[in-house]
Parts: sequence; C-alpha cells; structure tokens
Amino acid sequence: MSLELHNVGRTFKGKTAVQNISFSAKPGEIIGLLGTSGCGKSTILRAISGLDTDYDGDISINGNTSKEIHDTTGFIFQEPRLLPWLDVLENVTFGLKGKKQEKEVLAKEYIESVGLQGNEHLYPRELSGGMAQRVAIARALVTSPEILLLDEPFSALDAFTKMQLQDLLLDVWKTYQSTIVLVTHDIDEALYLCDRVIILRGQPGEIDRDILIEEKRPRARGSEKMAALKTEILESLDLNKPSSITS
Amino acid sequence: MANQESSYAADGVVVPEKSIDRPRAKRNLKGWKPVLLGSIFPIILILVWELLSKMGVFPPYQLPAPSVIFLTIVELAKDGSLWGHIGVTTYRVFAGFVLGTGVAIVLGSLVGFFKNAEQLFDPMIQAFRSIPSLAWVPLFILWMGIGEPSKIAMIAVGVFFPVYLNIVSGILGVDRKIIEVGKMYGLNTFQLITRIILPASMPSFLVGLRSGLGLGWMFVVAAELMGASQGLGFLLVYGQNMAQPETIIASIVLFAIIGKLSDWILKAIETKSLHWQDRLVKS
Ligand SMILES: Nc1ncnc2c1ncn2[C@@H]1O[C@H](COP(=O)(O)OP(=O)(O)OP(=O)(O)O)[C@@H](O)[C@H]1O
Ligand SMILES: [Mg+2]
Repeated sequence: MSLELHNVGRTFKGKTAVQNISFSAKPGEIIGLLGTSGCGKSTILRAISGLDTDYDGDISINGNTSKEIHDTTGFIFQEPRLLPWLDVLENVTFGLKGKKQEKEVLAKEYIESVGLQGNEHLYPRELSGGMAQRVAIARALVTSPEILLLDEPFSALDAFTKMQLQDLLLDVWKTYQSTIVLVTHDIDEALYLCDRVIILRGQPGEIDRDILIEEKRPRARGSEKMAALKTEILESLDLNKPSSITS
Repeated sequence: MANQESSYAADGVVVPEKSIDRPRAKRNLKGWKPVLLGSIFPIILILVWELLSKMGVFPPYQLPAPSVIFLTIVELAKDGSLWGHIGVTTYRVFAGFVLGTGVAIVLGSLVGFFKNAEQLFDPMIQAFRSIPSLAWVPLFILWMGIGEPSKIAMIAVGVFFPVYLNIVSGILGVDRKIIEVGKMYGLNTFQLITRIILPASMPSFLVGLRSGLGLGWMFVVAAELMGASQGLGFLLVYGQNMAQPETIIASIVLFAIIGKLSDWILKAIETKSLHWQDRLVKS
C-alpha cells in the first residue's frame, strides 16, 4: 500500500510538536525516521496509524485520506503494551481472526522466530523487558500488516537478538511486501533496513534531510559505503550545527 | 510441567510420583503458616480472658467466659435454631448483595462507558451517596413493611455504592495505551469492552465486591435490629432483652465467622481470576 503525508503537523495545546512533514512511500518501501528525542517521531507514527486524528494536513493511505484506523495497519509501540491478563500465546493471537487452532499454529511460528519458544504460557509480569518487546513484535508481525509502523521496536534488545529480529522483519517484508515506517535511534539499523532515511530536526520537528540508500539487499552490516552515509547522518543530527536551530 | 505430564500413564491413570508429592507437601505447609501466625494472638487473648473470668475479674452477667459463649453456640446448634438464624441472615445478605451488585453493574457500566449516561446518572448517584444509608430505614419500612423486602432493599443499598464506585473508577482507569492496542486491531466498541475494558477493570470490580459484601454484613445487622423474628441480628436483640450477654457475644462471634468465610470465598475467586496481576509480594 502506498502512503503519502502532505504538510502534516501536530500541535498539543498551543505547543507545536511537528510541522510541515511531507513524504511519500511507495508500496513495499521501508522508510526510516531518525531524529533526536522529542522531535516528534512517535507523534508522526500515531498520526499515520489513525490513533491520533487531531493533526493538520493530509495523510493518504492508498489514496484514502479519511482519518480512520485501517485494520491493515500494524503498529509496534515504543513500549510492549501487552495485555497483562493474557499469556504470551494469547497476546500474540490477540489480533488474529479465524479458528483458534489455526491462530495458535501461526502464532507459535512467530513466537519461535522471535526466540520465545517454550515461553508461550508465561504472563507479561513474568517476562523481561526484551522478552515483552519480542512478544509485541510477534503480535504485530503475525497479522502480516500491509503497512507496518514501528516505534523503536528493537531498542530494548541486545545486539545479537536485534540483528536476528531485523532479519525477521526483512523476511516478513519480503513475503508480504509491507510498506514500513521505522522510527529508530540506531543509525546502523536504519542503514541496514531502510530504502530511505528521513531525518527530523528541531523543536518543533521538521524534515531536515531525506537520504536515499540505494544499496541492494541483503546488505552487509558496516560496509565502507555505509560508514560514509553514517558520518553524513551523524553530522546532520548534530545539534550544534547552526543550520536549523530554532531557539 | 514435564513432571506432571510424565505422571500420567498412557491410559490416563494417574501414577503417583514422589517428585511431585514432595513440593506439594511443602506448599501445603507454607499455606498453613499464615493461619498459624494469625491465630497466635486470638488464642492468647481467649486463654487470658478465660483465666480472668474464672478468677472472677469479669462479672459473668456482663462478660461471660469464652467457654460459656462456646457452650451457648453448641446449645443453639443442638436445638437446631442456630442453622435457622445463620441461614436467614446469610440469605438476606446474599439476596441484598446480588440485587445491589446487579444494579451497580448495570449503572456502573453505563456511566463508565457512555459520557451521556455519566452526565445523566452520576450527579444523582453521588448526591444519594452523601445520604447515610441507614437514613433510608424508616422510608423502606413505610414502603415495604417490616418484612423481607425492606431488609433486602436496605442491604442492597449498602452493597450498591462501593460496587458502583469501583466499577466506574475501574472502567475510567483502564490504560489508554492498551485500549489503543485494541483499536489498532480494528476492534469495534463492543469488542473493546469485552476484550479489553472488562478484563482490565476486573481488579477494581473485585475490590468493590469485597467492600460491598462487608457493608452487606453491616447492614444486615441494622436491618435485623429494627425488627426480625429470626437471624443473627435478632439473636442480638433477644440476648439484650433477656439479659444474656453470652447470647449477644455468641451472635457477634457467628457474625465474625461467616462474614470472614464469605470474604474468604470472594478472596479466593479474586486470587484465582487475578493471578496475572503483578503485585507486591511481602517477604
Ligand atoms: N499527548 C501529548 N500531549 C502533549 N504533548 C505531547 C503529547 N505527545 C507528545 N507530545 C510532545 O510532542 C513532542 C514530540 O513527542 P514524541 O513522542 O513524538 O517524540 P519522539 O520523537 O518520539 O521522542 P523519543 O525519541 O524520545 O521517543 C514532545 O515535545 C512531547 O512533549
Ligand atoms: Mg517516541
């Protein structure tokens, strides 16, 4: 599904969090949102998801600009947000429709791919932070959403698990050609996963740069070309750079 | 888990296995520890009381010995009237509890879910809440006579408020973040209520039930004091009229026992249905 933002902004009680956000994503494109803390990345994702409807501007999903929640959209929140009264398996099947047995077979597949096999019957209070986040990832991926919004999905995980799950995300993407918007603080992650990286800056946040990453997948982690891009991104994130400081 | 499975033979016959019995025995012992700890003080108190009564420190026409009270209860049990008293009182509390809880669930859910219902009902309910519930007694008697309906209505009024307030605050207190999860999965309003809001407000609802039940026991005393021919409250009045302190205290003790018992049942339900809750465990 295609996604298009046109002059999107959001103001909370007179205080503008983001403004003038325009970008579009082709079907199956992976877009990274990068920016310092508080510059409005989560706010943009909430607007795209339809959970927040009080934004300005237009967001169109497959040409449809109505402000509503599309059930083909999946959202991995910045926190796990598991339902505490359901165990791991029930949490993962929560968004699935159909026969109980089929749902569980599918869910178990994903529980295994996030490395939680054998923990199906633990309750959220018995999970570590990273385990809970992995359950949340499985819960979102299992529905094979056509648009996938991810808010720092891997930030609570160790380096190795993180890489595994990034590859899992790419697998899901390859199979279902989901359009993905990924918020992250990890530049290497953005370079590894995304077709384009959009960099936000300032308070209120605005788009500073839109960097195309043309390298073919599967990409090597930490190649020379990537290193050059990384330096470029780091520079544009540098808050001391005078260009768009608004204070 | 694996242990338990291995203890089931292929034909479904349970084969006892030492490795499961041992931890279970240990758990049982653990389960009794709080009971033992909790009974230390009451036992000491009763012993001292008995001793002092025997020594004549307390005059028996004012504070009879525990043994005398115990014998009174045994006596009541023997002539069979005890079960009638307990039965009638428990029935009244139960009926009032069910009635009050039912109305509270309906009104509480409406007020919790719908803004219009909140604006319609809540101010009135809050105003009624500020009336001490016992003030209704004369009116209820006037309307319904001195029989069962007025008693049950009174108990229901007592039960209603804590249950209602807890349901409303439970529903309003559901974390917006998990409601959003439901919305992201395209749940409609009805599904949001049944799959997210109800389970999430369960803890608060159960707290309301327990305090409602406590008030139910309080109100049954009031209801039975104002005129009854049977029931533990009647036994109180009877003991007073007959100048039998042992009957009064026996009735108080019985109130304590069945009140505690009914609370214990609710607590067991609570523990079972809220096992997922992440609560502080004291060491
Ligand atoms: N519900 C809200 N009410 C008021 N202000 C809000 C609300 N949500 C976000 N904001 C404000 O909007 C700004 C952007 O918040 P947002 O959560 O989008 O940041 P972020 O880029 O996701 O940051 P982080 O990287 O730390 O997650 C912040 O200044 C925040 O205070
Ligand atoms: Mg954020």
